[in-house]
Amino acid sequence: MAIDAEEPDRRDFLTLAASAFVAVGGAVALWPFIDQMNPDAGALALASIEVDIAPIKEGQAITVLWRGKPVFIRHRTPQEIDSAKAVDLKDLRDEFARNEGLPDTALATDLNRTKTGHENWLIMVGICTHLGCIPKGQALGDKRGDFGGWFCPCHGSHYDTAGRIRKGPAPYNLEVPVYEFISDTKIKIG
Amino acid sequence: MALHVSSYEPKSRLAKWMDERLPIGRLMHSQFIDFPTPRNLNYLWTFGGILTFFLMAQIVTGIVLAMHYQPSATEAFDSIERIRRDVNYGWLIRNLHAVGASMFFLAAYLHIFRGLYYGSYKAPREVLWIIGVLIFIVMMATAFMGYSLPWGQMSFWAVTVITNLFSSLDSIYKGLGTTIVEWLWGGYAVTGVTLNRFYSLHYLLPFVIAGLVGLHLWALHVVGQNSPTGLDIKTQSDAVPMHPYATSKDAVGMFVFLLLFAWFVFFLPDYLGHADNYTPANPMVTPPHIVPEWYFLPYYAILRAIPSKLLGVIAMFSSIGILLFVPWLDTGRVRSTKYRPIYKWFFWLFVFTCLALGYLGSKPPEGNYVVWARIFTFYYFAHFLVVMPVIGRLETPRPLPGSITEAVLGKAGARPAPATAKKV
Amino acid sequence: MSRAEPAGRFAAVILLALLSLGGAVAVHAKGESEEREIARQSWPFTGLRGQYDRAQLQRGFQIYQQVCSGCHGLKRVRFRNLAEPGGPAFPVDAVKALAVGWPYQISGELDEAGNMVDRLPGLADPIIGPYKNDNQARAAQNGALPPDLSLIVKARSLESHAPWYSHWFWMLWDIARGYQEGGADYVFAILTGYSDPPADMQVPDGMQYNVAFPGHQLAMAPPLGKDNFIEYQADAGAKGSLDQNARDIAAFLSWTSDSNLDARKRLGWQVLLYLLVTTLILYAAKKRVWSGLKH
Repeated sequence: MAIDAEEPDRRDFLTLAASAFVAVGGAVALWPFIDQMNPDAGALALASIEVDIAPIKEGQAITVLWRGKPVFIRHRTPQEIDSAKAVDLKDLRDEFARNEGLPDTALATDLNRTKTGHENWLIMVGICTHLGCIPKGQALGDKRGDFGGWFCPCHGSHYDTAGRIRKGPAPYNLEVPVYEFISDTKIKIG
Repeated sequence: MALHVSSYEPKSRLAKWMDERLPIGRLMHSQFIDFPTPRNLNYLWTFGGILTFFLMAQIVTGIVLAMHYQPSATEAFDSIERIRRDVNYGWLIRNLHAVGASMFFLAAYLHIFRGLYYGSYKAPREVLWIIGVLIFIVMMATAFMGYSLPWGQMSFWAVTVITNLFSSLDSIYKGLGTTIVEWLWGGYAVTGVTLNRFYSLHYLLPFVIAGLVGLHLWALHVVGQNSPTGLDIKTQSDAVPMHPYATSKDAVGMFVFLLLFAWFVFFLPDYLGHADNYTPANPMVTPPHIVPEWYFLPYYAILRAIPSKLLGVIAMFSSIGILLFVPWLDTGRVRSTKYRPIYKWFFWLFVFTCLALGYLGSKPPEGNYVVWARIFTFYYFAHFLVVMPVIGRLETPRPLPGSITEAVLGKAGARPAPATAKKV
Repeated sequence: MSRAEPAGRFAAVILLALLSLGGAVAVHAKGESEEREIARQSWPFTGLRGQYDRAQLQRGFQIYQQVCSGCHGLKRVRFRNLAEPGGPAFPVDAVKALAVGWPYQISGELDEAGNMVDRLPGLADPIIGPYKNDNQARAAQNGALPPDLSLIVKARSLESHAPWYSHWFWMLWDIARGYQEGGADYVFAILTGYSDPPADMQVPDGMQYNVAFPGHQLAMAPPLGKDNFIEYQADAGAKGSLDQNARDIAAFLSWTSDSNLDARKRLGWQVLLYLLVTTLILYAAKKRVWSGLKH
């Protein structure tokens, strides 16, 4: 094609500017399509639930659904509390508390896994930190593993009475969600 | 005539490797970079690219909406409200899809009228034209079913009215129409069952359109583009390579159209729709005026203009079907209406007729509106069946330029240019 | 091909446009009220630069709560929406208290014994009306169904009564101005449209005459009147009156129908600006590409 010679600088700059503007517009336009897959306002709003814990007797546990996930609420016996307190942190695979209400650096002491004044209540997200099964230990007849807490039947992870991983393939302690006691018999999770 | 062979030379080793196995680079280069394009195309030729963009935009926004939409009679309306209120940018994606449908039709109509004006349907582009009409028909089916999905009052009643049209076949063969209608409905009335199947088909048909568009482009690239003079490329000076000439022009046309699109999406998102569709569907209450979306209004006017139910249905479908025969109905000796002084008046009368039918389709079928609808319906068909065959034969076209180059540069410029580069 | 021809065609189109425009203006001047029974109001959220007036939305919610919620629900709006930006944006704690104190409870949930129970609404719950379902509403309202108001403004529009030759002009005018407030105009007109029926019209018992309602008879008793309106607090930004109340509730209901208007129009400006700039750059680039070629 007999195209006449141009001053290359101006043509290139204009072409460059044009391409740049179109490309930026395209990239910015992409964001809403990605963001729409994030949890919508309805999902975000169902962020907290309130649970009445008065009916849970010592030694019993219930499981509630929060944000689509099971949450273990156990009313621990004094023996369970003592055995949790007696564990040396050096023996733990995961030394961090994994408590969403505390800084990431908090260590996995029994106190950091519960709330002061309510140490007999253990509240954790009941999803094994290995590959996501729900550990056994809530119901009366369940196997509770070698450490008296919870046992995950999928790949054999053992959790102790403070929900900390002791044996098996799971890497982290069971997560403690954000919660508070709005009264002695009612907690709000999330 | 065959597809243009390019001067593609794969540069990198990877490019050479791919070229021997799946020559996409070569295809892209020969058809979209190197491709000889008439040098005198005006902006009306940018609508093909615009339509391709909008097909992709509708598919992308549609797939994203489908992540949140619930195709059940009880959930559909609420799911769209959730999209509008709760889903991040849901309101934007929904507006893009709803307004996008209107823009798609606007671009399609401008594209079709461009074809009618410049004789782009005439030999050897008959098959290209027919594929285009098929695309248009599938577009209308897609839009009709898409409109039913919000399950508002207008969605529900438009489906009821239009599917009921098939019951007119009962007057040809007893029971045939009712059987077909109940088959379409999946029941004895329009229900969630109907909605579900329309959703499935609405998801499918755009990909059928995409396939047809592929054939459309193939057919186009075999015969080459038409031009405003109606002349084809004969010599090298008639043409310019598609990139950067046509691509830069397409980009401008695209962004101007996007400006119009954005205007509606952000400031008038419901202007082109109907308020009644914000009321959930109620099979017990018929809205006072059932009207389709604006792009269907002319056909709606034709349907209601004919007093007989069956003939009205036949007229409505014929008004679209007749487009398939245009390459043979028009006997004009030249392609472009630019050179047809008598036909030109009829062309613009036809445009006015389509606009008038659109207006009349939005009005209640009473009084003067019916009279005018009949007059314009008469002309609509007369244009194809009488004007096109007759005028073409009787008319003496104006003299055509000798070539595209001559049309652009004038007789003087058409002389072979000197070999040296022109000073800027 | 002569140069004059396209110019001649262009002139014809302009002449035609001017003629119908002239016709449009003439009819328009004669009396807008003849073309549109319902007058257009001016709204702070109209047009390209429109945004909701937060104080107005708050007053509007007050009207809804004190007047409309006796019969009408707002089920597509959640209590938490009242605290979000772009709307009345009440403080979250006030909305929490409002929800818990709402006169109607959320029903349809099961207790441990398997019975259906009601519970107090929370932030995530819809703003429900007094009736649990349509049947209950009709039973309480002599067969009439008070519609849910969440989408009432988007579900209503004004009809254009422009004659055919100027219809196109008014359409383009509305598009250029970004007019989409027909629903709000309609709601305002209904609320202020109650009056005595004309002498030749018989209005049956239980129905009311209303100038703006299609058919002129509706079952809703005037919720507001010249002497029956809600007075606002001193810092609410406006004085109470029928006109003001009607404006405020229509604005509030516009928000319930279209809660992201503020964000939509703001983003719209940015997008338009970007598109305009890019179009100009692309046009310049196109001109440069084509400049070497005579065309």
